[in-house]
Amino acid sequence: MRNLIAVPVIVLAVILQSSIVSRITLLSGYADLPLIMVSAWALQSRVDTAWHWAIATGTLVGFISGVPWVVPLAGYVAVVALAKVLQLRVWQAPLLAMFSISLLGTIVIDTLVFASIRFSGASISLQDAFGLQTLPRILLNLVLSIPVYAVMRDLAHWAYPSLEVE
Amino acid sequence: MALALGGYFGGASSTVTNTLINVQDWFSSRFVALQDILSAPRDITTLRQQNSELENEVANLQAQVIQLQQQVGETQLLAALVDFSRARPENTYKAAAVIGRDPSPFLHYVIINRGSNDGILRGMPVVTDQGLVGRVDAVIADAARVQLITDSVSRVNVRLQNAEEEASLIGSVTGDVTLELIPQDANIETGDLVLTSGLGGGYPPDLIVGQIVNVRSRDFDLFQRATVQPVVDFNRLQIVLVIVNFKPVDISPLVPAQ
Repeated sequence: MRNLIAVPVIVLAVILQSSIVSRITLLSGYADLPLIMVSAWALQSRVDTAWHWAIATGTLVGFISGVPWVVPLAGYVAVVALAKVLQLRVWQAPLLAMFSISLLGTIVIDTLVFASIRFSGASISLQDAFGLQTLPRILLNLVLSIPVYAVMRDLAHWAYPSLEVE
Repeated sequence: MALALGGYFGGASSTVTNTLINVQDWFSSRFVALQDILSAPRDITTLRQQNSELENEVANLQAQVIQLQQQVGETQLLAALVDFSRARPENTYKAAAVIGRDPSPFLHYVIINRGSNDGILRGMPVVTDQGLVGRVDAVIADAARVQLITDSVSRVNVRLQNAEEEASLIGSVTGDVTLELIPQDANIETGDLVLTSGLGGGYPPDLIVGQIVNVRSRDFDLFQRATVQPVVDFNRLQIVLVIVNFKPVDISPLVPAQ
């Protein structure tokens, strides 16, 4: 039952990303709410469904986006893998882990999208893409990561109450 | 009585009357003052209530004004689109609202709220009253994804109105659009209008795309390049028109394999 909470949360995050977050731009970049949400969920110690969330989010984003569906899917799974590694190393400072995964996750996903666009034949400048999109995106994701982490922590407490008692 | 009626007591009666009037005036003014003092708190309460009611009414009216301004904006937009469609009776249009954008900033796509249930098919051109927006890239039952001409993978065959030259319009990740493959001998200038040429079968001809704002011509290049300012403001897209009677032609089987 608690796994089903992923469905409305992921759908809501992707809808918000497409309809609102993508209109709030800094230079040419905007935040990635699904990425931050999946990262924050994966960093919750009691959560064991982060991989499912990554697959569901990647599939949904791939369905909406013009980028090949495998790119966001691979990107979100890689982000969860990174989050799991970071969780083991900086488990005592969850916010530091959250900032780190926001930074690394943004770079990983943007690199994958950039590579897929280059592969599809577009001649785009790496300098423009990094300076005008990835850097502002990193900044916005870092700003967004604090409230999203708080919300996802509360959601994890609500969805996994029994483990909290242990 | 007879003396009084005859006016012999006029002076005395006026004196008495004036005195009585002054006394009555004194009592009356004091009563009114006292009445004001006694009724004043009730009036303040009433005034406060009225003030509160009026403030609420003002707030409601302001909300109505904002709502009406939005409706006026939408009506003006729709009127412009209707004028546009009437000016081109050869095309059949389906209006759609922009409800979302691509989750990745590297791609320039928008989501519209019309899909295959409304007759939208992949490849159909999308315009506004100002000019070309892009074309439908993917369709589901009640929504479609539109690739904007600013997308880095977008290619539009265009012609320059003044120079009568063909060229290729290419988007970028930053949303800038450039003209490439302009012959070196073409005489192009800033301000020249860029229109779709219809070549390749992807778009109908003579749709306005934008204006040239910068030309780069170097002797050692094979072609000239130019930066184009699109006529459509892609950050403010709200309602678009899909040309539903245009069937794109797929010429890929005719392109020789490399």
